[in-house]
Amino acid sequence: MQITVTVNGAERTADVEPRMLLVHLLREELGLTGTHIGCDTTSCGACTVLLDGVPVKSCTMFGVQADGREVTTVEGLMSNGTLHPIQAAFKEEHGLQCGFCTPGMMLTGAALLKDNPTPSDDDVRWAISGQICRCTGYMNIVKAVQAAGRAMAAETAGAAGVTS
Amino acid sequence: MATEVEEIRGLGHSVKRKEDDRFIRGKGTYIDDITLPGMLHMAILRSPFAHATINSIDTSRAAALPGVVAVVTGELMAQHNLAWMPTLSYDTQAVLATDKVRFQGQEVAAVIAEDPYIAQDALELIDVDYEPLEAIVTPQRALEADAPIIRSDKGDQKDNHIFHWEAGDKEATDAAFAQADVVVSLDTLYPRSHPSPLETCGCVADINPSTGQATIYMTTQAPTLIRTVFALVAGLPEEKIRIVSPDIGGGFGNKVPVYPGYVVATAASLLIGRPVKWIEDRTENLISTGFARDYHMHGELALKHDGTMLGLRASLLADEGAFFADAQPTKFKIGLFHIVSGSYDLPAAFVSGDGAYTNKAPGGVAYRCSFRVTEASYLIERLVQNAAYELGMDPAEIRLKNFIDKDQFPYASPTGFVYDSGDYHRAMELAREKIGYAELRKEQEEARAQGKLYGIGLASFTEVVGAGPHADYDILGLKMNDGAELRIHPTGKAILKISVQTQGQGHETTFAQIVASQIGIQPEDIKVVHGDSDATPFGLGTYASRSTPVSGAATAMVARRVREKAAKIAAHLLEVAEEDIEYAEGVFSVKGAPDKTTKIQDVAMAAYANFPDGMEPGLEAVYYYDPPNLTFPFGTYAVAVEVDPDTGVWTVRRMVAVDDCGVRINPMIVDGQIHGGLTEGFGIAAMEQIAFDDQGNCLGSTFMDYLLPTAWETPRFELHATETPSPHHPIGAKGVGESATVGSPAAFVNAVIDAVAHMGIRNIDMPVTSAKVWDAIQAAQGGA
Repeated sequence: MQITVTVNGAERTADVEPRMLLVHLLREELGLTGTHIGCDTTSCGACTVLLDGVPVKSCTMFGVQADGREVTTVEGLMSNGTLHPIQAAFKEEHGLQCGFCTPGMMLTGAALLKDNPTPSDDDVRWAISGQICRCTGYMNIVKAVQAAGRAMAAETAGAAGVTS
Repeated sequence: MATEVEEIRGLGHSVKRKEDDRFIRGKGTYIDDITLPGMLHMAILRSPFAHATINSIDTSRAAALPGVVAVVTGELMAQHNLAWMPTLSYDTQAVLATDKVRFQGQEVAAVIAEDPYIAQDALELIDVDYEPLEAIVTPQRALEADAPIIRSDKGDQKDNHIFHWEAGDKEATDAAFAQADVVVSLDTLYPRSHPSPLETCGCVADINPSTGQATIYMTTQAPTLIRTVFALVAGLPEEKIRIVSPDIGGGFGNKVPVYPGYVVATAASLLIGRPVKWIEDRTENLISTGFARDYHMHGELALKHDGTMLGLRASLLADEGAFFADAQPTKFKIGLFHIVSGSYDLPAAFVSGDGAYTNKAPGGVAYRCSFRVTEASYLIERLVQNAAYELGMDPAEIRLKNFIDKDQFPYASPTGFVYDSGDYHRAMELAREKIGYAELRKEQEEARAQGKLYGIGLASFTEVVGAGPHADYDILGLKMNDGAELRIHPTGKAILKISVQTQGQGHETTFAQIVASQIGIQPEDIKVVHGDSDATPFGLGTYASRSTPVSGAATAMVARRVREKAAKIAAHLLEVAEEDIEYAEGVFSVKGAPDKTTKIQDVAMAAYANFPDGMEPGLEAVYYYDPPNLTFPFGTYAVAVEVDPDTGVWTVRRMVAVDDCGVRINPMIVDGQIHGGLTEGFGIAAMEQIAFDDQGNCLGSTFMDYLLPTAWETPRFELHATETPSPHHPIGAKGVGESATVGSPAAFVNAVIDAVAHMGIRNIDMPVTSAKVWDAIQAAQGGA
């Protein structure tokens, strides 16, 4: 089947089998290997991407279901060569170790911060509770998401200051 | 004037990780990210039965499917003498089954196809005629006289018993027990669990038919060891084998063994002449790769009325699965379980263990612990708490009374270890202070009066890591030592090559810090190379918390060796004798003339551009480190829980961890390691179990059944530290990756037991589910 998906802001077309999973479309057809596969049962969330801005598990969706929609992967987090605040915060707060769950965690964190710029510890834990990290014990992931929220707020305030 | 010295970010600095830059951009290279031209895909057909004779295998329909390139069976592997392979414990393991299957999920056949979807489709078209046999799912049944023999392939195997192993002094221990006022005993199963790194295992085998060069990209924690094992096992010339272990998505012991999939993919690439990729799915990972624990343990502690410990007996029965494939030092059949005397000054101890074959997956690995230390620590820490109840003592007080005193180090343990250093009293005092132990005990009393159940659990663990000294420690005869190579470039930047492999521990950062601490080049100017057997020196790899104790020591020593030569060059540059040179923080100066200095960067250029006559140019060295002893990290963990008497649900209110891992190279990374270890310890205590039904069906075959802690369940941790350097390690470090997994399960379980101990409850086997707690409460109250 011929499909068109907007991936990280660019329209991409592909001819795929109807049974091809979205994660395989991204990884194998589009070469975006930052999205990982950890479990096949929608349990671990290593494959999390944003579909029209909402976190979804791309191992539990067919590629054809993304036809006509917008997908954001970890490769789409940077803009104009600058790290997204959540990327910078994950490094700064030691929010990652092996790095395998990190793309999914960062995307869910970024989506959370859009709705809730100052999440509590529980808010972050609930948001990422569909994803598993085996390395960090989540402590520093929570800190990283919260720190990114603060950085984004400061950025917005700074930008407002410049224009006023 | 002296040269301005920038502080060198060596030991004790929380340097941000160098490896993060690629990971946060989604630019890591994990095995499944590797695609080679002409690459084929492999899928494995696995046994649905735990124990069955194979009458026939018909691959014709699968082979006929368009896109299928080959179907590999045990018969084909046997033609190349590869149907069986040796294990890391001197047993044999089937690569692809020929005679019968011995566990559910065992490898039976493999399909090589142009596309992974086609490979999976073709598995459905392989017809295997099985004749089911009795499945043996407990080691107790395995050892009964009428049990069917699982290893019928081994001519000399007349039963399912694998080994008997002992440590300590039996007579002295018997004598100690004869003098005891009280003997406390505990029978407990440390259940089968699974390391479950988020990335499953896999490989891309690429054998060039014209040159014979074999490049195997593999999820392995020990690339150079695996290269040598491949050479020995498959008879391939070692110089033509290159094992590349790129970014690894977690290991925790699961990526130490050689699995059949690696061998079949390699053989297939050799036979077909194209690269072959094999990536496990999660179910394959859970049902067939290295499990952990599965120890049925019995412990007895002999004490005086005043709480003085006199002796310890421990015996265990190990469920090894269908093949004895434990990854552990050759000499130690139950790993380092004989650390079971723990943190206590026990005059006598005796430990014995037996192993049995069962119809379960093989490959007992240490899930984030140093060869069965977790099981040992769990047993003694649970016994000590029960002893406190028996004697009417406080669980903290009985520990303080029996701890090895800090003046007793080096301490010879009754089972043969020599503990390097420790201050157990200080760790306990700090843990008690930070959690507010006395207040919690008062709260517990008050809560009980109101019908609420509060519990406080302690665990004061002593780990043994850093295997190991050549006299006692080897794997397949290869001594457990590691090499390091350090080269300083002319511009003063450096490259360090090491034999250990990061799976998230941050070696690219911490090992650069070790070099920085010795030679004064900033960590960001030092590239750390690992994970490629062609590019690195030989060594036994990363597991059992051995990276820092062994390879970290090699790194410090090679940097010192380079510094010795640098001092000679500095003397030349400063026109003084070598003995007049002093070194500090990257600067060489002249004794008594502190304004005469030269930096390591200037020395590096001189090593290639302005070296003295008669000196060999260049600035580099290699060092292989053979540790003089193991290291013994320790700590005390304190957990406060609340148990709901109506449901058995237990909730962690506080978790305080005091860790002493000697000198801390990067405190940020150390804390991260402890966070992760505590979480895995919590998971083991609360929910992780690979269970089987009586037919040998694995009941923990997906993440919907094998439960891992998410952020929602995971407790918040409060970390504290003491620092007792290892006296024999070049930088005083002990290793930390596994302390928290070793120490914490007992602390969590002790806390739950403490909440219900007044009802007479002394044990609930892990995982301590709410259902088990509820059952125990009901039984204690004379209910159900």
